[in-house]
Amino acid sequence: MPRARTKPKRKPRKAAKPGGGRAKRAPARRRSKPEPYVPRLANLLGISQLAPADITAILDQAETFIEVLKRPIPVVPALRGKTVVNLFFEASTRTSTSFALAASRLSAQCVNFSIGSSSVKKGETLLDTARTIEAMRVDGVIIRHSMPGAAHFLSRRIKSFVVNAGDGCHEHPTQALLDAFTLRRRLGTLKDKRVLLVGDIAHSRVARSNILCFSKLGARVAVCGPPTLIPPHIEELGCEVFYRLDRVLYEVDVVNMLRVQTERISSSLFPSVREYRALYGLTAERLSELNTSVVILHPGPVNWGVEMDFEVAELPQALILNQVTNGVAVRMAVLYLLAGGQVGDTDTAETK
Amino acid sequence: MADDRMLLAGGRVIDPASGKVRLVDILVEDGRIARVGKGIRARDAQRIDCRGKHIAPGFIDMHCHLREPGYEDAETILTGTQSALVGGFTRVCPMPNTDPPVDSEAMVRFQIERAEQAGYASVHPVGCCTRNRAGKELAEIGSMREAGAVAVSDDGDWVSDPRVMRRALEYAKAFDMPVISHCEYDGLSDGVSNEGLVSTRLGLRGKPWPSETAAAARDIMLAEFVGARVHIAHVSCAATVDLIRWAKLRRVQVTAEVCPHHFTLTDASLAGFDTNFKVNPPLRTEPDRLAVVEGVVDGTIDVIATDHAPHTSIAKEVEFDKARPGIIGFETAFSLGYEQFVLSGLMSPARYIEKLTLAPARIMGLRTPSVAEGTEAELVILDLKAQWTFSSAQIMSKSHNTPFLERTMQGLVVGGVLGEEHFWLLHAA
Amino acid sequence: MKQIIDAAELNRLIDRLAADIASRNKKEKNIALVGIKRRGVPLAERLAARLVKKRAGEIPVGAIDITLYRDDLQLVAETPIVRGTEIAFDINGRTILLVDDVIYTGRTTRAALASLLDFGRPKAIRLAVLIDRGRRELPIQPDFTGKTIETRRDDLVDICLEEEDGKDGVFLTLRK
Repeated sequence: MPRARTKPKRKPRKAAKPGGGRAKRAPARRRSKPEPYVPRLANLLGISQLAPADITAILDQAETFIEVLKRPIPVVPALRGKTVVNLFFEASTRTSTSFALAASRLSAQCVNFSIGSSSVKKGETLLDTARTIEAMRVDGVIIRHSMPGAAHFLSRRIKSFVVNAGDGCHEHPTQALLDAFTLRRRLGTLKDKRVLLVGDIAHSRVARSNILCFSKLGARVAVCGPPTLIPPHIEELGCEVFYRLDRVLYEVDVVNMLRVQTERISSSLFPSVREYRALYGLTAERLSELNTSVVILHPGPVNWGVEMDFEVAELPQALILNQVTNGVAVRMAVLYLLAGGQVGDTDTAETK
Repeated sequence: MADDRMLLAGGRVIDPASGKVRLVDILVEDGRIARVGKGIRARDAQRIDCRGKHIAPGFIDMHCHLREPGYEDAETILTGTQSALVGGFTRVCPMPNTDPPVDSEAMVRFQIERAEQAGYASVHPVGCCTRNRAGKELAEIGSMREAGAVAVSDDGDWVSDPRVMRRALEYAKAFDMPVISHCEYDGLSDGVSNEGLVSTRLGLRGKPWPSETAAAARDIMLAEFVGARVHIAHVSCAATVDLIRWAKLRRVQVTAEVCPHHFTLTDASLAGFDTNFKVNPPLRTEPDRLAVVEGVVDGTIDVIATDHAPHTSIAKEVEFDKARPGIIGFETAFSLGYEQFVLSGLMSPARYIEKLTLAPARIMGLRTPSVAEGTEAELVILDLKAQWTFSSAQIMSKSHNTPFLERTMQGLVVGGVLGEEHFWLLHAA
Repeated sequence: MKQIIDAAELNRLIDRLAADIASRNKKEKNIALVGIKRRGVPLAERLAARLVKKRAGEIPVGAIDITLYRDDLQLVAETPIVRGTEIAFDINGRTILLVDDVIYTGRTTRAALASLLDFGRPKAIRLAVLIDRGRRELPIQPDFTGKTIETRRDDLVDICLEEEDGKDGVFLTLRK
């Protein structure tokens, strides 16, 4: 008795190795300079799917978009006629606005698919939503969801490209890319730089994406937080683990603070805000005592006075607002690379 | 195709009781094995050519879910017992977590009668341990036993109140029934996957192995203390295997089972968030998998049971967190175990088949599966050389939630004899 | 593939182009060159170097990448890398000389014009190309042309410049 079964429509194409994607293309010109590597991505689901060359190529593209954003008219027609949908199951004005702005700077339309609590209450499943979006024929979907794997789920069921804007505690790849971009602009390179992530590693998708992204770019990554907020085997992702901030803060180049949710107190993950701030907070005293020029990142929004003091954010080495600005350029690069071309063999190198 | 006399000719007969494999014919008369021997002549009997095949007693699955009543969109007793028979299981013990749950005499009778009407595998229900599976008061264990229940369990949930569990173990002694424990310690069990590197990498809420082992430890100690029988369902981790091994050394009346997915797969399969890998207890690590395999081989784990758990595609095609745990298991169990234990050289075919026949019969107090003269004919015909690929089209279960689609396996149930009837399976032709 | 213009002739063409531009812009004070990436850029630099000798004052050179303005982004086989635009001067009120190595359909020029106009409002935009291979698809004509070559649709014209390709010359590949 055969029954219909939904099968994945397509698997995300694997990123080609540098130069791998270009082999079939007829050489239109004899060039002595090497061609830049074009990452061939069908979706952006996580940093785990990206090769170091992909990350570098995305960051390089973001550089050109920084220039676009500085123009008198900071809009280019690259994605004219394209439509992307912001599908946010969790409210996040910052991230959805950043994506919407990135889309509009590329002349793409960005539509919010509002997930009213009503549709969920009416029993609408993610499968229903995916099928609805598929029927609307959009070019791409940016999804934020409280459950890990939601972006993977969507990507297997729709033809449009999918950007993971955060899936539960799993990944938040554009945050990692914009953080890497911000650090690269500040430090020149991440190679051999020591980056410390501080806070609730266990429940942080930013932590997972950033650990992967920074280490793929050659940084030495460490995490620090109360042991209750450090997930098991995290060191196997390629990072060192510290439980006491003061024992490691003085020797790092970058400290990437994470938001800590005070709700965690009720599940006995740490005893009090006071103790958390004393042990893991980036306080003004702690920083002045160390007298260091450590670069400071925070994905925002900050719980002022808990994981970080407001004075610290005012320091010149705190790049929190640069992260926001760079976020638009990085998301432009991501949208451009995902929506810009299509697979085919039309060679238009000679259409001058 | 009923017939008075059938001759199963030319097959190799595996007898798990003696551990022997013999090239003999079997003559079945009026649904009983009349003669076993070489070169039986029975001209008027219907001849069933078993050359190149093996014959074994029908398998018993002591842990499955048939979903009726209450969840007939996922499975019914009819489709479930058909699926079981295709997998070689002639007798199955469905767990009582239906809606309403099987916590009364009437419910037990209903399930047995439904299966008799269907006429495929027979059903020997497991009744609830507590009324309405609520974990508060004992269910009418004695009446359910009278009606045909073979064990009690609140499967799907652990009986978390230690006083209730103690009383259940004590009470069930009167009826010589095992209490089957679904081990999952409260407060450590809200995860959706094994807690470890994979859950960390994927950001999934983890269910740590102590959730299972701590619960099993309490129930084993209670069983020892009150002198009752406890059976640990679906063992998934190394520590529980060690615990049971230790308990057996102390001569506790403990038995245990493992499911094919736990000895075949690990949590590494979760990387793509495919909900067909979501089971409870969760798939664990490679060391855990190796430990349960070892447990089966050294006898710590007595039984291979499927935990056949059908779910509709609606229940599975959702976010990983929301997906119902469980996979269908009848139709792949024999082959997965054959591959894992026999082809690997860890066990003889007869010892492997013991885990599917004699061992569950012993625990559940069921009639002994046998190939001996005078016993009821309940046999399966196996092709141990057959390479086959599991495909969606051949699934007999009403649900298709399995991670083993498109997997090529060796060893296949090709037919069997149930009383006066024999059957060949189409996909084996 | 055959060489149709050698290095010496290529440089003579650039000399002539520079002379032509100089003679027709004698009164123009505020002039700037913008090369279209990639080969328009070294060409603009070479022209600027020659123009500076013929007239007083600095001539700023910019570079423009038209990738984000292409009208065929949806058709190309793979997303082209954006190389970035570098215009370090104010284009408002200036005469901008847009420079490219070859003109063919005119679509690149259209994209360059659209891009340039997003930077401000120049007094005028002129177009200089080294090779005009005809077969225009848009009503765009260069103001200054080095050489016109008759080609067929499928022919390939490769312009090589020392800075990009390690040698100077123009090559023609005829397609059967």
